[in-house]
Amino acid sequence: MSLLEIKDLHATVDSNEILKGLTLTVEPGRVHSIMGPNGSGKSTLARVIAGHEDYEITGGDILLDGKSVLEMDADERAREGIFMAFQYPVEIPGVSNTEFLKAALNAHRKHHGQDELNAVEFLKIVREKMKTVDMPADLLKRSVNEGFSGGEKKRHEVFQMALLEPGMCVMDETDSGLDIDALRVVADGVNAMRDGSRGFLVITHYQRLLDYIVPDHVHVLMDGRIAKTGGKDLALELEDKGYAWVTEEAA
Amino acid sequence: MTATMTNPSDMTDAVPALSALAERRAAAGPDWLTDVRQQAAARFVELGLPTNKDEEWRYTPLREVLRPAYVPAEDAPAALSSDDLKAFQFEGFDASLLTFVNGRYCPELSDPPTDVTIAPLSEALKAHRGLLESELRRIAERDEDGFARLNSAVLEDGVFIHAPNGTACSRPIRLLHVAVPGAAGGRPFMTHPRNVVIAGEDAQLTLIERYVTIGEGVYLTNAVTQISAGDRAQVAHYLLEQESAEAFNINTLHLQQGTDSKVESHSVLLGGALVRNNVCPVLDGERADCLINGLYIGHGSQHLDNYMNVEHAKAHGDSRQFYKGILDDKSHGVFRGRIVVHVDAQKTDAKQTNANLLLADTAEVDTKPQLEIYADDVKCTHGATIGQIDNDAIFYLRSRGIDEADARAMMIFAFAGESLDRMSVEPIRDALTRELVRQLPRGEFIESVL
Repeated sequence: MSLLEIKDLHATVDSNEILKGLTLTVEPGRVHSIMGPNGSGKSTLARVIAGHEDYEITGGDILLDGKSVLEMDADERAREGIFMAFQYPVEIPGVSNTEFLKAALNAHRKHHGQDELNAVEFLKIVREKMKTVDMPADLLKRSVNEGFSGGEKKRHEVFQMALLEPGMCVMDETDSGLDIDALRVVADGVNAMRDGSRGFLVITHYQRLLDYIVPDHVHVLMDGRIAKTGGKDLALELEDKGYAWVTEEAA
Repeated sequence: MTATMTNPSDMTDAVPALSALAERRAAAGPDWLTDVRQQAAARFVELGLPTNKDEEWRYTPLREVLRPAYVPAEDAPAALSSDDLKAFQFEGFDASLLTFVNGRYCPELSDPPTDVTIAPLSEALKAHRGLLESELRRIAERDEDGFARLNSAVLEDGVFIHAPNGTACSRPIRLLHVAVPGAAGGRPFMTHPRNVVIAGEDAQLTLIERYVTIGEGVYLTNAVTQISAGDRAQVAHYLLEQESAEAFNINTLHLQQGTDSKVESHSVLLGGALVRNNVCPVLDGERADCLINGLYIGHGSQHLDNYMNVEHAKAHGDSRQFYKGILDDKSHGVFRGRIVVHVDAQKTDAKQTNANLLLADTAEVDTKPQLEIYADDVKCTHGATIGQIDNDAIFYLRSRGIDEADARAMMIFAFAGESLDRMSVEPIRDALTRELVRQLPRGEFIESVL
């Protein structure tokens, strides 16, 4: 189980303040959705949680199970159980998925005092998880994300999530660029991982995704702060009315 | 730099000393050889060794190479046993072996192939004069470079390999060059090995040349390998440079290609203080096909210079050059790719790319194409890039729990991977991959995920 607490978080990039005092708690087993207009800081939030070095934290804290992660590098946060599904997964020509997944999986296992997997064990686990998101059979031979379609890239993110079994999943606009069938596959993969203890922070621009991944809470992010919080119906309201009324209400 | 000026064995003295050696050597041997040697010696004495003023050597300072007072190889005899060579055994495939210690061919440490003719050069000068003389003369006449002329003038030791028409050599032939610098009583020594390889019509041959060092000390290898591929012959040549940090290696590969011949040259430069890797194919038959593939990986203050000189002499030739450099610390990489398309070489298709990855601000690379086209119906392309590790990729890998050093190692290996993938003989590719991975940062980790 994982508990993510974000407390009065301020973050800047190139001395522009993007997050301006954001507070949010994702309890174990809960799905929180973050919605908001372009430029409100949604992707920044995801990248800051993951530990991207371009952002400077100027105030506040991020705690995972009560422990601050701000001093941890991105890779340590990942091994501690934070997983960010990228909005734009990076193509890495020349690094095969076999090498990549083996390195990632073994880094996690080593961190938790487990033995590294041998080739047979590795393949068994990978094949099993591949089925859950319908990955192509030649996945392991291909370079990381290279030549993948938009849908394949997003499925690949969810596949990695299933493989690494993080306590806290941060999904940055996983629905962007997906057609309805791909969206369903991705959502099924995510829903299969909802086990009552794993937390999810689902960042999205559109309500559509939330038809498939039904959130417990919906937050509206505006100008670097949470401007409004509600239940899953809030997403429908936003879809219907846009974001302007939230601004007015907040003012 | 004042120390350089006062050193009595500075390069100002190297040329007279080498000239004296060349002239002394030239006088020995059969008449026809004396003729070849003397002509080369005369040209060497006249033109000397290259300097930075020579366009082909502009980016490679030879001051350090020419500073030591080298003794000839015969003053550096080294006795090795087969146990000493165990570390240099390739795993995963069977190959014949020709071992050279301090430039001398050692039959007792060799396992020569049985399906082709093999002879030490000294014997071949008599027994195979007909083939050898024309080969040696052809190269001697082409030597444009001081080092190659010196090699022709001295023409020390080496092997003669002849695969007669239609022979498919069953095992790859390994040429293992072992330097034992301590053998010369700590004095720097130099060797000038010459290997002459003839693949007859329809013959097939794979050669793996490897340079290694046992112990420490300064030495200079000035090696020339000449390979002649007859009509429809198929030849693959692999070079693996793994010498010590004090080794100087000037290495020249001449390739002569007949009609419909197919030749591959793969170079992997990992070691040495200063390495000059000359690859000089002449596509002298129609539809000759030539692949030049290489990788140079420098760290510390290594200087790795690659000079390609591809000549298209006949029509419908196809040549492809792919060289990649990975340079760390204060290392310096050089790639110069010259393509000459002669007037008769219509419908030539020549391609050249050079990509470099700089791992440190202090690393340096010079890359320069040079196209000389005298035919009017040809296709020639070239391109060079210099870049750094993609930070977005590093973040992606790290976001999956892989630490920074491992993530960088994966990116470096990925950059090299493309060159390895071009090596068509799978077990050789795997063996070279293992050697390369061992010398990369976090090599053990890379091995664990392969």
